[in-house]
Amino acid sequence: MSKLMSRGEKAFRIFAVAGLAVVALLAFLPFILIVMASLTSESSLLKNGYSLWPKEWSIYAYSYMAGQAKIIVRSYLVSIGVTAAGTTVNLIITSMLAYTMANEKFRWRNQLAFFVFFTMLFSGGIVPQYMLYARFFGINNSYLALIVPNYLMSAINVLLVRNYYKTNIPPALIEAARIDGAGELRIYFKTVLPLSVPVMVTVGLFSGLAYWNDWVNAFYYIDRPQFYGIQNLLIRMMNNIQFLTSSANANVTGSLVMQLPSNGIRMSMAVIGILPIVIIYPFLQKYLVRGVIVGAVKG
Amino acid sequence: MAVKHKSGLRSQLPFLLIALPGLLYLVINNYLPMFGMVIAFKKIDYAKGILSSPWVGLDNFKFLFQTSDAFIMIRNTVLYNLAFIVLGTVCAVFIAVLMAEVSKMFAARFFQAGLLLPNLVSMVIVAYLVYALLTPETGLINTSVLPALGLEPVNWYTESKYWPFILTITQLWKTAGYSSIVYIASIAGIDTGIYESARIDGAGKLRQIFHITLPMIKPTVIIMLLMSIGRIFASDFGLFSQVPMNSGALFNVTQTIDTYVYRGLMQYGNVGMSSAAGLFQSVVGFVLVITANYAVRRVNPENSLF
Repeated sequence: MSKLMSRGEKAFRIFAVAGLAVVALLAFLPFILIVMASLTSESSLLKNGYSLWPKEWSIYAYSYMAGQAKIIVRSYLVSIGVTAAGTTVNLIITSMLAYTMANEKFRWRNQLAFFVFFTMLFSGGIVPQYMLYARFFGINNSYLALIVPNYLMSAINVLLVRNYYKTNIPPALIEAARIDGAGELRIYFKTVLPLSVPVMVTVGLFSGLAYWNDWVNAFYYIDRPQFYGIQNLLIRMMNNIQFLTSSANANVTGSLVMQLPSNGIRMSMAVIGILPIVIIYPFLQKYLVRGVIVGAVKG
Repeated sequence: MAVKHKSGLRSQLPFLLIALPGLLYLVINNYLPMFGMVIAFKKIDYAKGILSSPWVGLDNFKFLFQTSDAFIMIRNTVLYNLAFIVLGTVCAVFIAVLMAEVSKMFAARFFQAGLLLPNLVSMVIVAYLVYALLTPETGLINTSVLPALGLEPVNWYTESKYWPFILTITQLWKTAGYSSIVYIASIAGIDTGIYESARIDGAGKLRQIFHITLPMIKPTVIIMLLMSIGRIFASDFGLFSQVPMNSGALFNVTQTIDTYVYRGLMQYGNVGMSSAAGLFQSVVGFVLVITANYAVRRVNPENSLF
């Protein structure tokens, strides 16, 4: 094929590669900027600003953070715990509901599908939801507030899994298990679940990303810092350093502000916030792409 | 018959049990708040409790639409979404056409990895990235880019005139690669025989793109467009609150329905107007989604939601 390419086609291929390289670089550049900024000495940052290549390398921001390790480790653990717990429950209840909806033997499967689907069309909005969770159930300032609202199950994922069951699990297999005397629960756990690993990975990935990246639930339901995950710690660090800097004239002495490597710390905090995603991303890219295609083309 | 019917119901019981946790969650998380929307017609008094707070009819809506806030937040929400939809689609299709050209190359995976990464990080991280570029004293733009162009530094976080561009670029940066996935899949589905015969007829690459690729993915583009129009009253809370650092000087161009609802509820204690704005957003959003779906069904019934 490539031997037969005309000059125009060759030119277009070069344009495509060059164009994508530029676009991908633009997408990537801000990440490089914060990594480099986090590795620049504070005095160089104050003099030259954030730049793509440090004039003066330093790991001071990271060693300063190590002094704050307790807070950071805690928020990391909150994020990991919430993500793990939320995603686990999400997978269980999503697949159970989807299994019921996919099952020909279930009489009200169409009504059920509508009940699930309607939540994609209409939402009560955040104010009633806030009143319900914070004022009625009173789950604010608890881990439940980070896990339950919004992310525990999403209709689109339920429909995704249901479609997977419908197309990938042969009814004969289920019928055979039924003839062997297995009950519905047993069929679900022993026959259906083991066959649904690929779609579970995709849904788990979406759910895990949603929990890891969430800061909104804590914005509404949390005001005690011990429940802050990494995202909310990042927000607080941004505001707190701003607060220190802006009140410098009034209360805090100038030298104290100088000691705080605020410019570098911000960037190093952002770096450790992204790190887990960058590490696991290469392994999950394929599932992400597949999930997006399936979800978008037929929700 | 009666016995058979009863045993029939009994046979449904295991299914109901399996579905129960998910159903319960939908009731709590989605359906109860729908009924809770009635608080938009009440004057909430926490001392009396939500249920016994007095009804006030349409007062909350009257107050809301008398303020200039209502116009500003609706204008911002809709105009930003229109910009995102038009420019986002153009960027995504452009990327998809290029990706289709290199799809068999080793580098494709790396391009895609780079293009998708922005979508995987939270808006909080995005706010940090934008901050690294724009913060007045040390940001890359003020310390390196503007001096190189011979321009004066700009106090970005207080100058509202730049933010429509900053927010649009940020949104495109975050979503273009991700939205291109659907179009890449759509292009991959085109029969390669069509391209072969076009080549034999002497059609160049650009002709192939404009006469084969783009017409073939047109249905997908239209469907994606309609679906985004259905969401034109929704906005990304993080993009409009975290990225501009909640800067009050920028509210004129960063206030959307979602940021207004948050600020009304959590910061100004104005539950009435906040819930009125939320109900307005939900109801208009619902009408738009239904309309968009009807339009999608006219284009291609297979792709409609229902």
